[in-house]
Amino acid sequence: MAVKSFPKIDVYTGAPEKKYALYMMMLGFAALALGTLFGPLQAFNYGGLDLYPLLKPVFQNYYQGLSLHGVLNAIVFTQLFAQAIMVYLPARELGLRPNMTLAWVSFWMALGGLLLAAVPLLLNEASVLYTFYAPLKAHWAFYVGAAIFVLSSYVSIYLVLEMWARWRKANPGKITPLATFMAVTFWLMWFLASLGLVVEALFLIAWSFGLVAGVDPLLMRTLFWYTGHPIVYFWLLPAYTLAYITLPKLAGGKLVSDPLSRLVFILFLLFSVPVGFHHQFSDPGIAPYWKMIHTVLTMFVAVPSLITAFTIAASLEVAGRANGGKGLLGWIGALPWNNPTVLAFLLGFLAFIPGGAGGMVNASFNLNQNVHNTVWIPGHFHLQVGTLVTMAAMGTAFWLIPHLTGKPLVARGMALASQWLWFIGMFIMTFALHWMGFLYAIPRRAHISGSPIAMEAYKESSAWMVLNIVSGIILLIAAILFFYVIFATALQNRRDPSQVMAEVPFTQVISKPEGSSLALLTERVWFWFGIAVVLVLLAYGPVLFQMFTNMNPVPGQRLW
Amino acid sequence: MEHQEHIIERYERAWILFGLAMITVFIILIGYMMLTMGNTNPVGAGRIDATKVRTEGDFANPRVEQVGDEYVAYVQAFAFGYLPAEMRFKVGKKVTFYITSPDVQHSFHVHNTNINVQVIPGEIAKVSFTFTQPGEYPIICNEYCGIGHANMISKLIVEP
Repeated sequence: MAVKSFPKIDVYTGAPEKKYALYMMMLGFAALALGTLFGPLQAFNYGGLDLYPLLKPVFQNYYQGLSLHGVLNAIVFTQLFAQAIMVYLPARELGLRPNMTLAWVSFWMALGGLLLAAVPLLLNEASVLYTFYAPLKAHWAFYVGAAIFVLSSYVSIYLVLEMWARWRKANPGKITPLATFMAVTFWLMWFLASLGLVVEALFLIAWSFGLVAGVDPLLMRTLFWYTGHPIVYFWLLPAYTLAYITLPKLAGGKLVSDPLSRLVFILFLLFSVPVGFHHQFSDPGIAPYWKMIHTVLTMFVAVPSLITAFTIAASLEVAGRANGGKGLLGWIGALPWNNPTVLAFLLGFLAFIPGGAGGMVNASFNLNQNVHNTVWIPGHFHLQVGTLVTMAAMGTAFWLIPHLTGKPLVARGMALASQWLWFIGMFIMTFALHWMGFLYAIPRRAHISGSPIAMEAYKESSAWMVLNIVSGIILLIAAILFFYVIFATALQNRRDPSQVMAEVPFTQVISKPEGSSLALLTERVWFWFGIAVVLVLLAYGPVLFQMFTNMNPVPGQRLW
Repeated sequence: MEHQEHIIERYERAWILFGLAMITVFIILIGYMMLTMGNTNPVGAGRIDATKVRTEGDFANPRVEQVGDEYVAYVQAFAFGYLPAEMRFKVGKKVTFYITSPDVQHSFHVHNTNINVQVIPGEIAKVSFTFTQPGEYPIICNEYCGIGHANMISKLIVEP
């Protein structure tokens, strides 16, 4: 029988930021675990198999499950992971400690907001999906909780900017280290991007308390998508940062270019936000020329991802050749595929390529007409956020949880299997969804398995539907394996510092920033932030001014 | 290492140029196709009081009208269906749809065409299309509108 002794020492004495990063990340994974449970139910729905009647005492309908899936996975998990990674990496790189009081304030705000929003979600009082389009009206606790949750990220912005300012004061004239540079531009981008959601939340909260009788649905949509597109870069850039900063070293190589990596983040700062109308191509009330302007800007935001594809691939090639890979493609086999972190990134980036190509289709003003709001769209973003972003987080957890806790990774084989299965499952599912949306116009977010009318209308796609059921089963197994690995790792009693990475695996670089005119140019972060603000004012200002001065409020409805 | 760095930088530059060129071609193609290939992108045709859609104006009387050699259709997308319940057109004639909603957001997606309209209460959407093939065309709501969303499927008929 095990006798529990008093904890001898707090392992986080001397590194309290490790505890902060661990709590943020594990809260994120807990949210992801719950949200992911509803994923297979969605996949089965698009296979014509309705399991929701079995959940009836607890969950009332498909749309409640879908709301939980979207909110927990796309909004909660992603933000918490960013708050862990994009604060912890600069703290380690600069050798500075963030303001720990405020760090914990941000954690408790996030947790409090999450719990408050969870109550109406679990009671079927907020089944409005993660886009919460007005005039569908949720319980006020949903809007207030979500607002507190999002505002906790503003504390993270402050934490990083404050550390950066402290470092610059102590190191005048030096170029900001790369991970910190990425974190600073990332958080500034998010500040600019989140303003739409914050303003929308003010309207929705006033409306849900009955202070105003209605809200303008088009204005709410526009504010939502003002944040709603750049939020995908808010999800993606922590994955990119980890790919630039840690992946080359983990794979056994070096990052090829530091200055070019900085350019990528400056381009995201500039072009992430003024692109939201490409989600509103089908909307009346926004003139076509504004939509065309956003089309052009959206195309430009592909550039930093194209550069990333080059830089990451070249860095991996350097790694593969350093590991002894020969010939044109021999370096690919020489990469450490048996390292679960490296595997997760490799498979994630592989899925990201067709996902990016599909994104170009969605961003095209004309082509979007064929796929708008069909299941093509969830097919697209499950390749991007469901595969690369999530796999980067999962892969990173495999070394980061041991690094933060001193507890070695358990069940490494299961970790590897989880990533292969996740990749295969997502690939099958997204393949089916793309075709079902494009060829058969099957709508996204529709409880078709519960509707004989819908099943009759979409019967021609039944062969594709089978793939959804298969993928749902594969993904469920992958999720069980993954969550077992990380929770068994984090909750075990064994601590063995000799079995874990003591330091963050910061990469070395081939092209250094010192002496690079590009690196000097990108170092003027506030100047670029100013340009980003101007671009947003130009791309959104006139339209938003028009909408704010001509509001057409509509009363709320609860139709679920 | 110095040598390797230079090779990588050369490829880097070529790749970025390729990317920029690709995007430029895409943008030009999008613009060209929008202008020349029958634009079915919905545009706004004014605003309306959503609470009065069912009682006042053109949408209180959802209908298909023949105007000269063309059709005009006033369509209500509501939770959970479309009015008029059945629309008929002759093949080869231009149809202009005006669509709005009396309650929440919906959509008006006509399968096998490029008609795909976000229907927003308070806004009137307008889109024109000429059907060149006779047959039945499913109309599908692809915006979540509540518990009956998946049932919101209708059809229009194009007669030879």
